[in-house]
Amino acid sequence: MQLPLGLPPLTTVLTVSQLNQRVREALEIGVEELWVVGEISNFRVPPSGHFYFSLKDPRSQIAAVMFRSANQLLPFRPEDGMEVIVRGRVSLYEVRGDLQLYVDAMEPRGLGALQLALEQLKRRLAVEGLFDESRKRALPFLPQAVGIVTALRGAVIHDLRVVLQARLPGVRIVVRPVRVQGKEAVGDIVDAIADLNRVRAVEVIIVGRGGGSLEDLWAFNDERVARAIVASHVPIVSAVGHESDVTIADLVADRRAPTPSAAATMVVPDHRDLAAWLDKTTLSLHACMQRQLRRHRDHLAAQARHLRDPRQVLKALQLRIDELSERALRGVGARVRLARQQLRGGAERLQALSPLAVLQRGYSITRRVEDGAVIRDAAMLAAGESLQLTFARGSARVRVDDSSTG
Amino acid sequence: MAKNTNEKKFDEGMAELERVVARLEAGELPLEEALAAFESGIALVRMLNQRLTEAEARIEVLTKDAEGALRLQPLEREPGSKE
Repeated sequence: MQLPLGLPPLTTVLTVSQLNQRVREALEIGVEELWVVGEISNFRVPPSGHFYFSLKDPRSQIAAVMFRSANQLLPFRPEDGMEVIVRGRVSLYEVRGDLQLYVDAMEPRGLGALQLALEQLKRRLAVEGLFDESRKRALPFLPQAVGIVTALRGAVIHDLRVVLQARLPGVRIVVRPVRVQGKEAVGDIVDAIADLNRVRAVEVIIVGRGGGSLEDLWAFNDERVARAIVASHVPIVSAVGHESDVTIADLVADRRAPTPSAAATMVVPDHRDLAAWLDKTTLSLHACMQRQLRRHRDHLAAQARHLRDPRQVLKALQLRIDELSERALRGVGARVRLARQQLRGGAERLQALSPLAVLQRGYSITRRVEDGAVIRDAAMLAAGESLQLTFARGSARVRVDDSSTG
Repeated sequence: MAKNTNEKKFDEGMAELERVVARLEAGELPLEEALAAFESGIALVRMLNQRLTEAEARIEVLTKDAEGALRLQPLEREPGSKE
């Protein structure tokens, strides 16, 4: 049977696998390394850890893969919409016949990779709320000891010591020396923060480092350092780099100081301010006590006015008694005079009735001597009885001879 | 770690002194209580003043040995002048 299209012998017909293999081989010949710029879209990471995405520009797109072994070295994480420059090679994924870009390196466009990674970490921690002011702790007013995490030699420790000691001559400082850059810096700083948390007197920690490039400050942009700062029980003041360099450590720290000197100023009060406060308070303490004493004294004086000298009271009583007795005497005198007058009147009337007046006229009174009885009836008498006769003047004693009745 | 009144933290002492002054300022204290408050205030002032004039700064270095035990050692006088 003749084949209608004039086909070659069957031995030269390709299978799909053979075709894809040939295409792949053709693609790979002479194409060693390409640099491609494009925008990432449809980015996804299955459990294998490989990155799958498309790279596109306004007119075209190509599927891309970045294997786990390559993408692990990437400091930032690709996202949809991100403009990147990738290095790789083009090949065919034979299983599906898809053209694919195999990426082994990637750089963000515009920002550097470190910068981008920093921005991404910042965004992630911000979403977690680690930069929220509400999470930040207040610094103690006067810490028992100030912990310092920095290099043991250098300007930072020097500045911190000078300012701390000038402000508070008796300040206690505990330095936990660390390497502030290089591979070991992150581990050092994380350990140092944890270690200072175990020294009971340390009530505030300054994490410090002088200025430098983004790479120099890298440890302070590391997520582990950020989490160590968040995990610290003791409030942390960051003093990293210069005022213009804001690191992640600065953002998660409870306070950020632009310089080491500023950090020292934040963590301890100035002893001159304390002394001034103490003087002022001492003055008001004395003033208060004076006021209290005055109040009690005034109260006492007010009470004392109500209280009179008992001698005064006695004197008043005496006066009253004198007055009363005077009045009494006056009253008695009048009474006596009245009585005397009455007596005189009575005496005159008595005079008129006096038997003496009768006697004067020649009568006499006869009494029995024996019992003094006045004799008015001769029958009272017996012969021989003695009688006393009283005359107007003088008296005489007589004896009864005989008596007869009326 | 002796805990006597001198160990009292400065800010605690300050807060207590504030309270004493406030109590006295409010007035109406019986005389004995006013005097007692005043005396405790003066004692606090003396303690705080003393704490302020303790001029001996202490600088220690926290180190960790191989077993991970922490040690505090005084720092030599000036950076760079090793013993």
